[in-house]
Amino acid sequence: MTTIIMTETLNFFKTLTPTGYLFLFLTALTLFSAIGVVTARNPIYSVLALIATFFCLSGHYILLNAQFLAAVNIIVYAGAIMVLFLFTIMFLNLRKEDEESKTNLTKMVSVVVGGLLMIMLITIFRAKSAQVPMVNSASFSNKTGLVENLGQLLYSDYILPFELASILFIVAMVGAVMLGKREAGDRHF
Amino acid sequence: MDLTVLLVKGLIILVIFAITLGIAAYSTYAERKVAAFLQDRIGPNRAGPWGLMQPLADAGKMFFKEDFIPAQASKWLFILGPCLAMLTALMSSAVIPFGDTIKFDNYAIPVQAIEINIGVLYIFGVVSLGVYGIMVGGWASNNKFSLLGAIRAASQNISYEIALGLSLIAILMMSGSLSLKAIIDEQATFFEWNIFTQPLGFVIFLTCAFAECNRTPFDLPECETELVGGYHTEYSSMKLGFYLFAEYINMFVSSAFISALYFGGFHYPFMNEISQALEKSLGAITGHNVATAIGVVGYFGKIFFFIFFFMWVRWTLPRFRYDQLMNLGWKTFIPLAILNVVLTGAGLLYNFKYATWLIAIVMIVLAVSTMTRTPKREVMPQRTV
Repeated sequence: MTTIIMTETLNFFKTLTPTGYLFLFLTALTLFSAIGVVTARNPIYSVLALIATFFCLSGHYILLNAQFLAAVNIIVYAGAIMVLFLFTIMFLNLRKEDEESKTNLTKMVSVVVGGLLMIMLITIFRAKSAQVPMVNSASFSNKTGLVENLGQLLYSDYILPFELASILFIVAMVGAVMLGKREAGDRHF
Repeated sequence: MDLTVLLVKGLIILVIFAITLGIAAYSTYAERKVAAFLQDRIGPNRAGPWGLMQPLADAGKMFFKEDFIPAQASKWLFILGPCLAMLTALMSSAVIPFGDTIKFDNYAIPVQAIEINIGVLYIFGVVSLGVYGIMVGGWASNNKFSLLGAIRAASQNISYEIALGLSLIAILMMSGSLSLKAIIDEQATFFEWNIFTQPLGFVIFLTCAFAECNRTPFDLPECETELVGGYHTEYSSMKLGFYLFAEYINMFVSSAFISALYFGGFHYPFMNEISQALEKSLGAITGHNVATAIGVVGYFGKIFFFIFFFMWVRWTLPRFRYDQLMNLGWKTFIPLAILNVVLTGAGLLYNFKYATWLIAIVMIVLAVSTMTRTPKREVMPQRTV
């Protein structure tokens, strides 16, 4: 039994292209750092692991030939949002760490919720209607993910969702400004 | 891909790497010489002729100092900090095209480590990662002053990145490409250099580059009067050296980036005439290569000027206060940069490239009128005893 599995895995590794090896390596790294995000005790290590995860995801985008998406992922998530995260956590971390919020009840609830989410995702991806069609290598253009084509698509076929998303961002920004604004009698920090 | 092409490409990558390090090393020497010149001193002149061996002596000193890690520090992150700073600084020079192409046989190889069609975004991404080195190092030191320095660096970088990106967008609109090579090729004739079409964008970009490099007058993360040594208070030996060195590499890269975006990169006036004359007199291949070499030399001239400019400003202007820094970034540069984008777009609709001069002219008129309206202070003669 074990020998069959062994030979099968060996055969599987023999069929892989260099890109395949790179994909496997990146995937292992992604999973490893993603697990690190949830298991790390120190929130700073958590954030750093999350940044590493984003990097691995950008690597996947590059493997899919979507350079623009990879660069934007790094600029927006790793470069801006995670810096803000780190910034906030560094301030919070000045106080004593509080472990009390992690009672047995919260742990159990989070396991249940996480398990439900996982089952849901797996059923969605295994459904027949959600199956991604196989790529036809004859008609496949390797420039699909490049920025020029992406821009053409965004500004022609998907112009309405694109503009609606920008309105959503404006609303979020105005909301943030409203929340952060000092009222007339507020304390001056 | 042929083996020779691959070899030449590898050679170019190695040379760019070596040049980046060399220029950064001699920037430390140049900084001290420029400081000495501006303050009417002599500057380093003991190690070698004119003190030229000074960077080597400094590096030797750095290596032999005690390498100290504080007891309460998070050890691995403490080591990771300077490594990240150095890594991100060195990554960004990969996509800068230092010259046109080198021709031999039938091949034409661009003088550039890698040509990707999102070069600008690549540099922008790497620059936005640069702050992690400072933040991680500052936090890992387990010292309040280091932490405050790190947090200052983070908020300053985030704030100025927005204005930097917005001033860049105007250029991307003009050239219609994210590739640095395409942006440089757009500026082939002298009066199409982006400094003439985007004067306001240039000023915003330059100032934001100062802030991103943590150079004076924006070096608040290492403000001695308030924070001891800032984020690198606890660092010693070559770890400190890496932080300081990364700053000089960043300076070199941003100088290269500024000259590529606004000063035509490897282009120079009458370039086509000169390269045609060279090709006629020296033959097509040699002439082309010589013309490329002249372009590379011109590009490095521009880069050195901007490195000098960074130093000139450092020893001329005093440091900003932190609220002044934030006000300048959020309330002046971001609105101006957005206005710049809108006006550039309006100009491009009517095929007019010089539309943003309108803002520049209005600003100059406003400045001059307020200057003339303010009552003049009387000149007090200096009293002599």
